Amino acid sequence: MEIFQIIGIGIIATILIVILKSVRSDFAIYVSIVTGIIIFSMVIHHLSYVIDTIRDLSRRANLEITYFSTILKIIGTAYIVEFGSQISRDAGQNSIAMKIELAGKIIIMTLAIPILMSLMDLIIKIMP
Amino acid sequence: MDVDLIFKIAGMGMVVAVLHIVLSKAGKEEYAYLTTLVGIVIVLGIVINLVSSLFNNVKVLFRLY
Repeated sequence: MEIFQIIGIGIIATILIVILKSVRSDFAIYVSIVTGIIIFSMVIHHLSYVIDTIRDLSRRANLEITYFSTILKIIGTAYIVEFGSQISRDAGQNSIAMKIELAGKIIIMTLAIPILMSLMDLIIKIMP
Repeated sequence: MDVDLIFKIAGMGMVVAVLHIVLSKAGKEEYAYLTTLVGIVIVLGIVINLVSSLFNNVKVLFRLY
């Protein structure tokens, strides 16, 4: 089971960070970044399997492929923004974290505008 | 992924901390700061590569081109 490995890595990294924070707090940030990346790269295969399955389903249901790729882009942007802002927040820089989140929200909004426009087109088409 | 990297970075931090304490106790403040700086730069070089590989993975996975 992979989950036990991941939990073990998390616990060991937590202990190391707690030890390091009292002597050198800058290295604790590095350890937390590396732990996050290692844990994500351990589950990336499962995630790619899930995404391939959902893409296959959407192709079989004859959904438009642009909507699905937009949703995928939004999920990826949200994940990366959350990763960066959590690192800044761990280092005690709340204002930088807020700015990263603001930038992520704006980028997600611009990604979602085509879907909104197609919804508006649909509403206009339905209305007599 | 290699879990050794976590231990490597944590060990590097402890070694740098010990060197900083020893050098500053011996009265060599400038060498102590230099050691800390070099340690941080080395670890940053490792971590930057990892972060770039994470970004590439996310780009490929979520088609974020």
